[in-house]
Amino acid sequence: MTKEPAQKTIDQILDKRQSLKTLREILFANIIMAGEIPAPTGCERALTQFLCDRFTEGWLNDISRDQAGNVAAVLPGANGKRNLLVAAHVDKIWGESEDHTVNVGVGRMSGRGIADNGLGVAVLATLPLVLEALEIQLKSNLILLGTTRSFGRGDLAGMRFFLEHTDREIGAGLCLEGMNLGRLSYSSLGMARGVISVDSKGSYSGPDEQSSGAIACLNELVGELLELNRGGFPETKILIGSMEAGSGFNVPPGKAKVRFEIRSEDAHLVERVETEVKSLIGRKELGYVGEVTVEMIAHRQPGDLGADHPFVEAAHHTLSCLGIRPNVEPSISELAALLDRKIPSLTLGITKGESRHSPDEMIHLEPIFDGLAQIVSVLEFMDESGFEFEG
Amino acid sequence: MNQVLNLKGNPMREVDKAVARWLKTNTFHHSEFWDMQELIRAKEKAGISISLCIPTLNEEKTIGKEIIVFKSELMDRYPFVDEIAVIDSGSTDNTIEIAASYGADTYLSAEILPEHGFKAGKGENLWKAIHQLKGDIICYVDADIKNIHPKFVTGLVAPLLYRPEVQYVKAFYDRPLALSEGLRPSGGGRVTEILVRPLFSIFFPQLTALMQPLSGEYAVRRGLLETLPFPIGYGVETSHLIDVFRAHGLDAFAQTDLDRRVHRNQSTIDLGKMSFGILQAFLNRLRHYDIVSELPEVNGMFRQLQAEGRCYEMLNREIIEEERPPMVNLPEYLKRHGLG
Repeated sequence: MTKEPAQKTIDQILDKRQSLKTLREILFANIIMAGEIPAPTGCERALTQFLCDRFTEGWLNDISRDQAGNVAAVLPGANGKRNLLVAAHVDKIWGESEDHTVNVGVGRMSGRGIADNGLGVAVLATLPLVLEALEIQLKSNLILLGTTRSFGRGDLAGMRFFLEHTDREIGAGLCLEGMNLGRLSYSSLGMARGVISVDSKGSYSGPDEQSSGAIACLNELVGELLELNRGGFPETKILIGSMEAGSGFNVPPGKAKVRFEIRSEDAHLVERVETEVKSLIGRKELGYVGEVTVEMIAHRQPGDLGADHPFVEAAHHTLSCLGIRPNVEPSISELAALLDRKIPSLTLGITKGESRHSPDEMIHLEPIFDGLAQIVSVLEFMDESGFEFEG
Repeated sequence: MNQVLNLKGNPMREVDKAVARWLKTNTFHHSEFWDMQELIRAKEKAGISISLCIPTLNEEKTIGKEIIVFKSELMDRYPFVDEIAVIDSGSTDNTIEIAASYGADTYLSAEILPEHGFKAGKGENLWKAIHQLKGDIICYVDADIKNIHPKFVTGLVAPLLYRPEVQYVKAFYDRPLALSEGLRPSGGGRVTEILVRPLFSIFFPQLTALMQPLSGEYAVRRGLLETLPFPIGYGVETSHLIDVFRAHGLDAFAQTDLDRRVHRNQSTIDLGKMSFGILQAFLNRLRHYDIVSELPEVNGMFRQLQAEGRCYEMLNREIIEEERPPMVNLPEYLKRHGLG
């Protein structure tokens, strides 16, 4: 293994934070614009165009849009022998017709999707100016990537497509998430996502269903699903994400759905629980007049860079210099696709915020400069370091 | 000689020809001015400075965003605008603090030309901006725009950079929802369509070419602004249009399509107040130009009805459209700008 570079000192990191304040208005304007452009999964074109325009204005090289709708650009390195990837997913959980107005107050902004991931996109768009302001030229080429189709059925399709088709070998990766500052992910969970649908087909099989239609069947199923949760090590969890059925007070619904996710650090356990879910659904359907089906829509393999990896230590050191308590959590987003390919990578949060995924999602502005100083310091470390994956 | 026909195939009157020609030559879309580098070159070549003025009264919800976007895109990123000023009528919320915290120059309208007193109204702020700001072009943008974008400034200023004969550029917004037999409605707001357009149609038909005569976003050359009287209330835009048209004709105007403007909706009651103010200003201009003699004396009392349960009552409001003189008539102004 190559000798690891020295960590940045507290003064160096704090100096960065201070210098970055000259970019305040440009950064804030980017947050507003990235926040106000709707980008539901699969319809991200307008937001990727915004990124494209910013990359063009920044005179970046090789600005391109691929078949998955991802937009990428390259900031050439001093020697350009290696490639560092910085990525932010551009899709948001909100529909195109929702109000995406960003409200600006003193020291804060709020609005749908501003943290997840309007802020990540804005920082990606501003990163070339950030490096310029700090007079940093990396040795490696810096690939800036806005990825599409991250959420739900998107199943990281944008990142996967990019990694499959790029002709550049990616040495290391950094994924940007708007909140929360201190978030440090270097492992990904094994995961399987599915949708269970109950359709009574116009029939009711018993007194319970007569009173509540497909809901009674779904309710039983959810209880049985949760019984599949396993304690012990590694823990395997079934999360119930959302349910949908009915539209009023007095008409039993004919259809009902539940969306769920199986998570574990052990890929085999995810597979085993998925099989148990399918078997449960099969048994349920046998005893039901209508139809009960399950559709698995997304899978992730677990991966782990390792807590003692130099990148992880560098991230810990940087957060500690900034006085920020790290919040280590495994990821199921873009990081999973990078770790799948043994690309040493991290996910970092950018600022503090509240009410994630609510219409009033809110971010604090001042901590963003801590987030930027953190990102730049970790990038510099990655640039000067070897790219070994020890997971 | 070829006869010019209208859309139904009938011969066009002179006024229709003028409007049709003007619509073709003086109506722009903001996307024509997307190239910021090109705009900067045009500005430098013309050797002119640009001031952006945002009149405010309790706009804390939207002012921060406007300042951030304009300062970032039109000052820091591209040196297009030379100053951004908020001129406030005495907000009781945090409008001034927020605007200042994001880098705007902030002024209290009452503190500009104090010897001339203070009158409450947006027109007062616009008028005092001429004295306070330095630019050769002043671009006025309302503070309540939710979908703010640099195009709200570049789209309005650009025609003044490229077309020396154009003096006054108005914004218009929003595509019509449906097309009818190939025609599209003009897309003005309710007050425009119910009040202003009918009045223009009768008295100044060429001004009906303006899609949204009441829009609060426009860019004007200082040389023109300083010669205009300023109603201080709702009538300021209507009054300007009439004065500029009378002095310089339709060709002094241009208009730019800014696509979409999201702002708070006004109640019918508020629109009624606005209409009443505009009507006063309109009648004042008719009298000024001696267009119609023996008009009734304009009184400032506006009467509306309001109901609470089954209790109905008359709600009278006094809405006075006062007027400021042309700035060029003020010795203070002449002295400050070296015109004495």
